Amino acid sequence: MTGRRDDGQVFALSGGVTSQYFSRMPSAAPSSAIAVPPVVEAVGLARAFGGRRAVDGVDLSIMPGECLALFGPNGAGKTTLLRLLAGLLAPTSGTCRVGGLALKTGRAVRAEVGLISHASMLYGALTARENVEFAARMYGVRDAAGAARRALGQMRVADRAEAPVRALSRGLQQRVSIARAIVHEPRLLLCDEPYTGLDESGSAALTAALAERRAHGAALLLVTHNLGEGLALATHAAIMRRGRLVRHEERSALDPAAYASAYRELVTTDA
Amino acid sequence: MTERLPTADAPRATSAFVDKWIIAAAVAVAAVYVRVIWFTPPEATQGLAQKIYYLHLPAALNAYIAFGVVAVMSIVYLWLRDPRVDRVAESSAEVGLLFTTVVLTTGPIWGKPIWGTWWTWDARLTLTLFLWFIYAGYIVLRGAILEPETRARYSAVLGILGALLIPFIHMSVYLFRTLHPMPIVLKPDRPSLPTEMLRTLLFSFAAFFLVYVALLRARYGLAVERTLLEEREGHSHGER
Amino acid sequence: MRELPGLATAAWLVARKDLAIEFRTRTAFFSAIVFALLGLTIFYFAWDATAVAAIDLAPGVLWVIFTFSGLLGLQRSFGVEQADRAMDALLAAPVDREAIYLGKALANVLFVAGVQAISLPALALFYNVPLGGVWLPLAGVAFLAAIGIVAVGTLFSAMAVNTKLAELLLPMLALPFFVPIVTAAAQTTARLLAGRPAAEAWPWLRILLGFDLVFVVACAIAFPYTLEE
Repeated sequence: MTGRRDDGQVFALSGGVTSQYFSRMPSAAPSSAIAVPPVVEAVGLARAFGGRRAVDGVDLSIMPGECLALFGPNGAGKTTLLRLLAGLLAPTSGTCRVGGLALKTGRAVRAEVGLISHASMLYGALTARENVEFAARMYGVRDAAGAARRALGQMRVADRAEAPVRALSRGLQQRVSIARAIVHEPRLLLCDEPYTGLDESGSAALTAALAERRAHGAALLLVTHNLGEGLALATHAAIMRRGRLVRHEERSALDPAAYASAYRELVTTDA
Repeated sequence: MTERLPTADAPRATSAFVDKWIIAAAVAVAAVYVRVIWFTPPEATQGLAQKIYYLHLPAALNAYIAFGVVAVMSIVYLWLRDPRVDRVAESSAEVGLLFTTVVLTTGPIWGKPIWGTWWTWDARLTLTLFLWFIYAGYIVLRGAILEPETRARYSAVLGILGALLIPFIHMSVYLFRTLHPMPIVLKPDRPSLPTEMLRTLLFSFAAFFLVYVALLRARYGLAVERTLLEEREGHSHGER
Repeated sequence: MRELPGLATAAWLVARKDLAIEFRTRTAFFSAIVFALLGLTIFYFAWDATAVAAIDLAPGVLWVIFTFSGLLGLQRSFGVEQADRAMDALLAAPVDREAIYLGKALANVLFVAGVQAISLPALALFYNVPLGGVWLPLAGVAFLAAIGIVAVGTLFSAMAVNTKLAELLLPMLALPFFVPIVTAAAQTTARLLAGRPAAEAWPWLRILLGFDLVFVVACAIAFPYTLEE
């Protein structure tokens, strides 16, 4: 169930997180607006490598249930931005909060984040099940075996669970990798070209899994080159160029064809 | 953190290797050389060969100083993350390697006529040998990493761990020597130093220190130039 | 709220994972064992039995073998994380960075201990050196030395894996650090094999213990600095 942030409708979240949110909010009558904090909120986020600013002052905020599709040419800083939000890199300036906690407060922040990349981040010698169970345990999931089984089932790869990952095709490896990313039911899913290597069945499974996460109140950040796939899932769309967001708007406000040509123009004029 | 281009701190003569420091150091070394050969009396028991000691000991002391600088700069770098600090460490390590090589070569040259053997595992020589290994590892490590920030970070870690290693080497060598009968050689570790010799030794130490500073500055200048070059080529760094 | 794994739990998870991978492929362990046995053989044939007694040769040979086969095991320690950028997943997980280091170090210690467990009897067999009553203290010394070797080796493995000269760099960086460990361990081994009273070996053991303490802590603290943050 998604709630639009404009009219401030109360948003039902899963698990015991709900009370955490309500305790921070001003009390009000049920029918009036109760502000729900965004799942991820970045203000002036920047990261420089030596003299080069890969991410140059990015502001974004994604509410529960929203999906931000992030487009942009190579070298725009999209992957760096993702790595910043995942806690893999520290920003050189700016702030970022995930689930209300500042990123620099320590490891607990990372517990709510799931990362999907075009690299599988799996251990080839271990089975699919072992890989996903390991991730589940590292995230403190109580019934790791059960959660792993469910996640693998969701990605329609349960029948190959006992196969060592290196014996699987690239597409199946990607499915296992996605299962690994969602096994702990993260509230923020960072996806970097997740559809790479997936066939129709795999793509459908991924889209279904992402939609399911959104339905449970997760926020998605989807980096992709594929405008069609990105816009299909998105509630918001942004284009990143040279470390900055040059366009950031709601999906409902754009016309795909016009967007596509505007994007092409932006990409080709970039050095 | 900062994107400043390192122009302000480049020493004047980045384009010329030979600046006034180098000249001063060369003059100092030449002066010491003259003094050692002609104006210092030869030592009674060891004869002329002992004169290489004036090269050996100051080189060793300056090698230790260079290492201390590397260790301190390593800690400071991890704290401040300033690339200038890393450049000082890098320069000091290379000059230190040079000095340690001098120690390791002059040692045997002195040792053969005095002790009768080319090499002996005495405390100082062994420690210097390990210093040489650490320096060499430090420099090879730096050569194997392309990314400047990673290079600086890894070198700093090695610099600090290397400094932690030294006391353990010292303890091991000391224990080894006390428990093992070493070949009995006439080994005047510190020659009794009449004033003339002591003065020469001090001059030599000062001259070598001057060489250290001069080479450090020159090497630092080179490091600055390389950073400038890397940044100019830096746009080939794709999105990460 | 979910209970996140603490330092020890996370380290154990990582260690278990590494051991599972190693057990699955077994190549590194097998290579290290074969290397150790070959080394023992070569030293045997290079040895002039009339000049040196077996009991004098054994400690040196043993510790050279342990050092180099240990290096073989350390080489692959972080290689497995590089393959499909699995390291990113480890770093994105809500565990302390130090836990990753400790977990890998633990797996490496068990690896090295495994190699030692086979090399020691092999030495006794090949060189006709009766281990007799001292095999337990010997095992203890071997384990202490393994800790030191692995503490330093794991850290340098993390650094070397990111460089161009990984296989050359790891031994070059690590061996100077191994010297105090190996010296202390070999000297202690020699005294134990010669049947000397334990008190004689104590000064060396002290160095070994001190080294382990200092470097396990120092390397665990240094590990996060080898990660790009």
